Amino acid sequence: MSFDEIKLLLTDKFGEGIIVGEERTGMQPALLIDADRIAEVCLELRNNPRTYFDFLGCLSGVDYGVEAGRFGVVYHLSSIPYNLQLVLKISKANSRDLEELPSFPSITSVYRAADWYEREAYDMLGIYFEGHPDLRRLLMPDDWEGFPLRKDYQNAEYYKGIKID
Amino acid sequence: MITTNSKYNVALERYHQKIADAAVEDMVLNMGPQHPSTHGVLRLELITDGEIVKEVIPHIGYLHRCFEKHAESLTYQQTIPFTDRMDYLASMNNSHAWVMGVERMLGIDKDIPKRIEYIRVLVCELNRIASHLIAIGTYGIDIGAFTPFLWCFRDREHIMGMLEWASGSRMLYNYIWVGGLFYDLPVGFEERCREFLDYFKPKMVELNRLLTDNQIFISRTANVGVLPLDVAINYGCSGPVLRGSGLKYDLRRIDNYSAYPELDFEIPIGTGLMGKTGDCWDRYKVRVDEVDESLKIIEQCLNRLQKELKRTPDFDPRAKLPRKLTPKPQDYYMRAEGTKGELGFYFIHDSDRKEIPFRVKSRGPSFCNLSVLEELGKGVMIADLIATIGSLDFVLGEVDR
Repeated sequence: MSFDEIKLLLTDKFGEGIIVGEERTGMQPALLIDADRIAEVCLELRNNPRTYFDFLGCLSGVDYGVEAGRFGVVYHLSSIPYNLQLVLKISKANSRDLEELPSFPSITSVYRAADWYEREAYDMLGIYFEGHPDLRRLLMPDDWEGFPLRKDYQNAEYYKGIKID
Repeated sequence: MITTNSKYNVALERYHQKIADAAVEDMVLNMGPQHPSTHGVLRLELITDGEIVKEVIPHIGYLHRCFEKHAESLTYQQTIPFTDRMDYLASMNNSHAWVMGVERMLGIDKDIPKRIEYIRVLVCELNRIASHLIAIGTYGIDIGAFTPFLWCFRDREHIMGMLEWASGSRMLYNYIWVGGLFYDLPVGFEERCREFLDYFKPKMVELNRLLTDNQIFISRTANVGVLPLDVAINYGCSGPVLRGSGLKYDLRRIDNYSAYPELDFEIPIGTGLMGKTGDCWDRYKVRVDEVDESLKIIEQCLNRLQKELKRTPDFDPRAKLPRKLTPKPQDYYMRAEGTKGELGFYFIHDSDRKEIPFRVKSRGPSFCNLSVLEELGKGVMIADLIATIGSLDFVLGEVDR
């Protein structure tokens, strides 16, 4: 199944509004999906017998920089039965305020692999996933301040009164 | 507390409450981070009822070095030593995946000389054997068999020695570079490698007699930690863990990268020979069989390298090295079969004047393979949990990155 057929399949099922754009410049074309409906899209792509995207290869949170003021998530899905690969992208504008983290729906209910990936994205970039069962920090200590992979992150000087060299 | 917005602290408070409740009703047992059976600095919080594990809560991050942040501030070539330190038992495979991704972004992946491709596959497969030997040996020690561990380390030492000869370093090689290699293979390497093959094949038979077909070992691992195929796929497991559950899925065959399409090898899968498909013994057996397949690949590589792709005096493995690594602005996700499974690097490059990637995300196969432990650890005996951990064969350097 080609990239265009997958696009058609999604617009047939969810209407034109579901796909807000596409990127075809690189070697792996990507679909930009309406951020609030990513979980439904993933569920459909996984369950539809014509696609069976059953394997979540990679989930990456992205901070598009201070000027862009956007945060996004990139999903790399593969279909083991049909040997297909698909890239989905969602993004949202955000003010970078630590009290108002960018928030996306969690796809843990579709892929259990997303559980740790989303925790990692929350930990590293401060992306909140709505509906995640256990959104704690994964790699950093629970009481760490700030999100290390953000582009404007300032290195912490002290942790619990201990100087970090 | 991270923030004053209570929404972000709900999960943490729920976790603290769960541990507090469990301490009253059941027992909370900490396993690790220094316990040898957790294979590195992994801490497991077990909520136990007597000998039965009710719930496993893994805590990772003790080895976190923020590889991704490093990669955002260094050029592609400078990051290769950092990729070596992800899965430090199979450094060659990591740098191979990284280098292939960068080469594809630069569009030079088709220009790499055949000899270089074959040397890369040769050293990767040697490293795969070394990594699987560690998996097999330490698994034996988890179960209580000490001898296989010593045998495996003795044989692995030969591989370490050979790779040190080629690259100058024992574990963290920095040997595969973008567009070429650090050096050509040293003179006499192919012959030494053949000697090793002749030495190692009977050792593998011995090892199988000692461990694989050992009744005590089988009783400890068969029908233990059964991972059904659908659960394995849903958790994103890959490599021997996924193949142990009975799916023929190997990216070396599916993506056909590097020199693999020209090589002949089988993909071993778990069949449930001793118990159910997807049990610990199956996962272990897949690794043992993969060692044999890797030996086949090495033999074919050596044949090619000693005949039509012979070393010539004017052959320079650095000839194709690009002066400046400036790919076009693009996104690219490179996946390759590491020793533990699907090893992925996701690159975002945003400007063709910059040599530094905008964002790099690495997908360590051990990361997903370990996350399935929460599922496998429900309602098993503590001793069986140890057997399950060993059979997943993760490396914490790659889980935490």
